[in-house]
Amino acid sequence: MTRLFAGTPTHGLVLLVLLLAALVAAPLIANDYLLTILILILYFAYAGQAWNIMMGFAGQLSLGHALYVGLGAYTASALYVHFGVAPWLGLLVAVPVAMLAGAVIGFLAFRFGVAGVYFAILTIAFAEFARIGFDHISYVGGSAGFFLPVAQYTQNDLWNLRGRPVMFYYVILALAALAFMLCHLLLRSRMGYFWQAIREDEEAARALGIDTFRYKMYAVVISAGMTAVAGVFFAFFYNNLFPEQVFHISRSIELILAPIIGGVGTLFGPIVGAFLLTGLSEAVTETLHVLGFEIPGAKQVFYGICLLVVVMALPDGIWPWLARRLGLERRS
Amino acid sequence: MTALLSIAGVSKRFRGLVAVDRVSCEVEKGEIFAVIGPNGAGKTTLFSTIAGSLEPTEGEIRFLGERIDGLRPDEVCRRGVARTFQIVRPFPALTVEDNIMVGALLRTADTAKAAATAQDVMRRLDLFDKRDREAKSLTLPDRKRLEVARALATAPQLLLLDDEVMAGLRPTETDRMVAILRELNAQGLTILLIEHVMRAVMALANRVLVLHHGAAIALGTPEVVTREPAVVQSYLGAEAL
Repeated sequence: MTRLFAGTPTHGLVLLVLLLAALVAAPLIANDYLLTILILILYFAYAGQAWNIMMGFAGQLSLGHALYVGLGAYTASALYVHFGVAPWLGLLVAVPVAMLAGAVIGFLAFRFGVAGVYFAILTIAFAEFARIGFDHISYVGGSAGFFLPVAQYTQNDLWNLRGRPVMFYYVILALAALAFMLCHLLLRSRMGYFWQAIREDEEAARALGIDTFRYKMYAVVISAGMTAVAGVFFAFFYNNLFPEQVFHISRSIELILAPIIGGVGTLFGPIVGAFLLTGLSEAVTETLHVLGFEIPGAKQVFYGICLLVVVMALPDGIWPWLARRLGLERRS
Repeated sequence: MTALLSIAGVSKRFRGLVAVDRVSCEVEKGEIFAVIGPNGAGKTTLFSTIAGSLEPTEGEIRFLGERIDGLRPDEVCRRGVARTFQIVRPFPALTVEDNIMVGALLRTADTAKAAATAQDVMRRLDLFDKRDREAKSLTLPDRKRLEVARALATAPQLLLLDDEVMAGLRPTETDRMVAILRELNAQGLTILLIEHVMRAVMALANRVLVLHHGAAIALGTPEVVTREPAVVQSYLGAEAL
């Protein structure tokens, strides 16, 4: 733990602790609606963190992360509905399934030199295969959707992830915190250094003895596995899965907005981005609603504006700018 | 006693073009060996076959008696052969220290140990005061030293310096680089360099290999080589024109 935060200024640690305390205490004052928004924010912070490993750390652009969300969601749901396997055990299957998918995509791309934009297209293609494929798998409902049994829960059943929003809130908060710590450790490890070297200049990285194929594979597989956990959470929170929605490219895009706006390759970027995007867009929708406007797609327009503003004004994302403002730049 | 690096009958052809034509030479442990020649003589191609970025069409390259031709660049580096690039390519968004850390982490997974190695290398190459700067903010001479530092951090036995580690440097900077390389050499590092700046070659190299149209036309001490009529005609003469 001491090594984890070595080099972070003291007031940075204080801020971090305060943020965590506020998040832990939030359910005391938040109603179910507000909690649902916080769940969404933390969900995007978590998934953004997972995506960031591939793009932000190792420089491999994936535009098909919905694939891993969907594989995680469907695998754990199918095990639960058909065999009564609890989601926590379902993870033991769902995560490897997504990792395998990541490994296949990574192998095809990295072995045959598919890089950059072409790699991104390949990731989209696989998510699309899954979207169309799952439409025809009647075992998990096909295009008609797959539903988890829902009842009015008086008690929170953490083991089966059946219960009220407050339970889901703490689950996703724990996941987001774990993902943050894991990414922090990864970034300051040998693998993290090698990933950044590959991101910056792959040929130079190779000349320094880095087996770039192997380390890019690690990035895809770890990112895919982490994303699958988000998928399991997604399934048990929403209780319904439609291939058209789960695997849709807009889901992949939605997932990468938080880290892009917050700051690609930074640890706080996905968190800051998720709070800003989801928080503000919900506020916009709500304000419009109160004012009596019902504008379909207002949220998407808002996302677009946010992205434009950030890309033009702060191309490195909000976090690097915010960190400078708060005097939180890392000292070594 | 086998040579540290032995190149035996190495050729590299690109379709019809013969870039390197049956070149043979041996680099002994502890020496500074220079490869010179006019533009297009095949120096960089020869260099690339040693570093693993190109596979020779024929011939053998051995390092410490083992074949390394055809290995990937990262495998060559792990055997103990580090390189710099003709056009410097540090990792731009990483700090000087982190750039060197990447090299040092090749030999240890322990970041604390790698940091110690990085500090040592930074001190030896006058980069310590700039350790927190991003590589992209460095001046050219600093970037060139950073590139050498990063390669050194991989603890090589043989350091390959690609063309123009000196080019673009002012004479005083060249002298500083020469002094650094000499010092490294004195500590046991064998260096193979490709160089245009004759001032550096004369000051550094124990032996020089001259390439012309891909073939070796002379091999010997700098003094002897620069007096060879063939060399004067093909290289120095051509430059003088």
